[in-house]
Amino acid sequence: MTIDETPRGPGSGGESDSMARSRTTARDLERYAGLFARRTQGMRSSAMRDLMAITARPEVISLAGGLPDTSTFPAEDLAALMARVAADASARALQYGPTEGMDELKQCIVRVMAEEGMDVVADELLVTTGGQQVIDLVCKTLIDPGDVIVAEGPTYPGAVPTFGAYEADVVQVEMDADGMRIDLLEATLERLEREDRSPKFIYTVPTFQNPAGVTMSLERRRRLVRIAAEREILVLEDNPYGLLRYEGDPLPPLYALDKGEYVIYLGTFSKILSPGLRLGWTAAPRPVLEKLNLAKQGADLCSSTFGQHFVIEYFAQRDWRQLLSALRELYRRRRDTMLSALAEHLPREAEWTRPTGGLFIWATLPSYIDTTDLLARALREHVAFVPGRAAFLDGRGGSSMRLNFSGVADDDLREGVARIGAVVSEQLRLYSTLTGKEPAKRRTEALGEVPAAGARVLPLRRRAG
Amino acid sequence: MSRVAVLAGGQSLERQVSLRSGARVREALERLGHDVIPIDVGPDLVALLTSSRPDVAFIALHGRDGEDGTVQEILELLGVPYTASGPSACMRCMDKVVAKHALRDAGLPTPDFYAFSQTAFESLGAAQALPAIEQRLDFPVVVKPAAQGSALGIRFAPTAADVPPAIVAAFSYDTKVLLERHIAGRELAISVLDGPAGPEPLPVVEAIPLGGDHYDFEARYEIGRTEFVCPAALDEETTRRTQELALEAYGVLGCYGFARIDLMLDEDSGEATVLEANAIPGLTETSLLPQSAEAAGISFASFVARVLDLALARAPA
Repeated sequence: MTIDETPRGPGSGGESDSMARSRTTARDLERYAGLFARRTQGMRSSAMRDLMAITARPEVISLAGGLPDTSTFPAEDLAALMARVAADASARALQYGPTEGMDELKQCIVRVMAEEGMDVVADELLVTTGGQQVIDLVCKTLIDPGDVIVAEGPTYPGAVPTFGAYEADVVQVEMDADGMRIDLLEATLERLEREDRSPKFIYTVPTFQNPAGVTMSLERRRRLVRIAAEREILVLEDNPYGLLRYEGDPLPPLYALDKGEYVIYLGTFSKILSPGLRLGWTAAPRPVLEKLNLAKQGADLCSSTFGQHFVIEYFAQRDWRQLLSALRELYRRRRDTMLSALAEHLPREAEWTRPTGGLFIWATLPSYIDTTDLLARALREHVAFVPGRAAFLDGRGGSSMRLNFSGVADDDLREGVARIGAVVSEQLRLYSTLTGKEPAKRRTEALGEVPAAGARVLPLRRRAG
Repeated sequence: MSRVAVLAGGQSLERQVSLRSGARVREALERLGHDVIPIDVGPDLVALLTSSRPDVAFIALHGRDGEDGTVQEILELLGVPYTASGPSACMRCMDKVVAKHALRDAGLPTPDFYAFSQTAFESLGAAQALPAIEQRLDFPVVVKPAAQGSALGIRFAPTAADVPPAIVAAFSYDTKVLLERHIAGRELAISVLDGPAGPEPLPVVEAIPLGGDHYDFEARYEIGRTEFVCPAALDEETTRRTQELALEAYGVLGCYGFARIDLMLDEDSGEATVLEANAIPGLTETSLLPQSAEAAGISFASFVARVLDLALARAPA
């Protein structure tokens, strides 16, 4: 389970079921350890994961998840659609399906991609078990141990264990308010080429990035696809949130700009319909797609036929855009709630991003605050977030945190941010006391009023390039 | 055979480790033929103990509540015999400051230290004393929360500028922190197990970090990040000396049943000093006490059996 898929409630934190019998002794463990593949050394459980497990307790307000709000989906719709699948397609829905996915489902995907201006035909698609499987299959297909992947810094925390499992060497490129710094990307690619370590692919979430919440500008998108073509490097465009835009005009996905030459596209039904379906897809250049298909055969033969039938039925019987616009409405409000709570409760030394879509806000504190330690303190106040280090492979991100607003109700958002604000302020005060430096006055106190929502938002600094 | 409640999980930051310890204990108890009642410690603890009426409780909790005497007090109150140390020894071990004072008062070596509460900094201007402390302890200074198990929140401060952030980090875990002299040397862990002839030290374990930070929390739980050598490659005299010291610390702190004493062996002077004591050390597959017991020819099952007998032996008739 990745940090992004940590649901709350019993079982998830390893409740009493984790006390189930285990038949391992120290000697056994050594014996097994000798049998583990070398790549398992890149698969680690961590102190942070142990801390994250505590965030699943019901009394904790968790801003650490990445969960869509599934309560929006009408239960009676679910029941009606399931009944229809059972009545009309029982035998087929219970049967294996083609590895590449069912044709009717691919037609649904074509519609979803068209919504973001992408022109794709069914045989350029491979249906996968969640978007996560695309990351896994792409690594499986492209990465030999030691091969380089270029990713954003911070990057999607859920991709980190996948990269690790394939023993990839991940090089992270800094971002600002306009997404990945393409000037730094170019410098990085130059350097890697000189070292004869040119990357196999560039991994990016260009739109409403997880975890930073920023969006790559159109100009940078154009430069990125041009660089990929010039250098013949693949780009994995991870786009789970593109349709969850709360303001402004949509930007074309990299896939639309590049016309599928060097861009492998990753899409998912998780954020527009349901993550429980575990259905995602990829669109890729044909030779790559063929390899991905073979890799998927070995992984799981095909994705759930039952789930595919459900989605097909859903697209046939309901207006998928309607659910999407309900979700947008809900998340926009929650984003605004979180932004105004941040402005009210976080001290002025803190900065955070102001996402125009997606699920996450990335907040950065002064460098002397360590957010992994801060999480331990916050858990005493029953509130949780993802420490920034989870989004880096090189130990950076120690003063940042990822905050989720989509899966938490307004009252809890306000309360959760207020508690985080209180522990941050406490640590800043303590630091001032220790160093003898005058504590910075809270802006709200200085102005004698609470600023309007977003008024104190300090986006990641904008730079040329 | 007995009805044994295995208390594990709980709300501490070491919850996951505790669940692993608990699972192992449970399995051993079942193999020994006991009737096991697994309890994930929470607000219903007293209700569960009252309704299930166990003969004895095996405490596999680590950190806050379980290792600091809180759960032990509850079990005393309910009249349920339990494994390992009583409330007062637990309190002494859990609070590194109290433990170090007790050791120092008894004349046992422990690295020099100064401890402060958050209030001392906030209301009493303790920050003014930092330069003097740093001068007396030399750099690097080790900064620790007083009451956190494992190595969470422990930092090295190589320079004066690193001290304030390290103190802030340590206060994330407790309202009291200590600044301690850093001892460069070998890190030893000596488990002590009670028996018919009184407490005896088990073979010495040496923790050798494989690169990276010596006080890396992660490394302690992962196979392959820290190498544990048991018995440690020490000469006979050093082995005897360190084991004796561990035994004395165990006695001074008033431990019962079992405990683990962590020591540093100064690389220059060869002197052994006590860092801390763990009233309920980890009992997972990678934990030090079980490894050490095994090296002494005591299987995990016989360890569990012995500890359970001791719990029942202590119980008032």
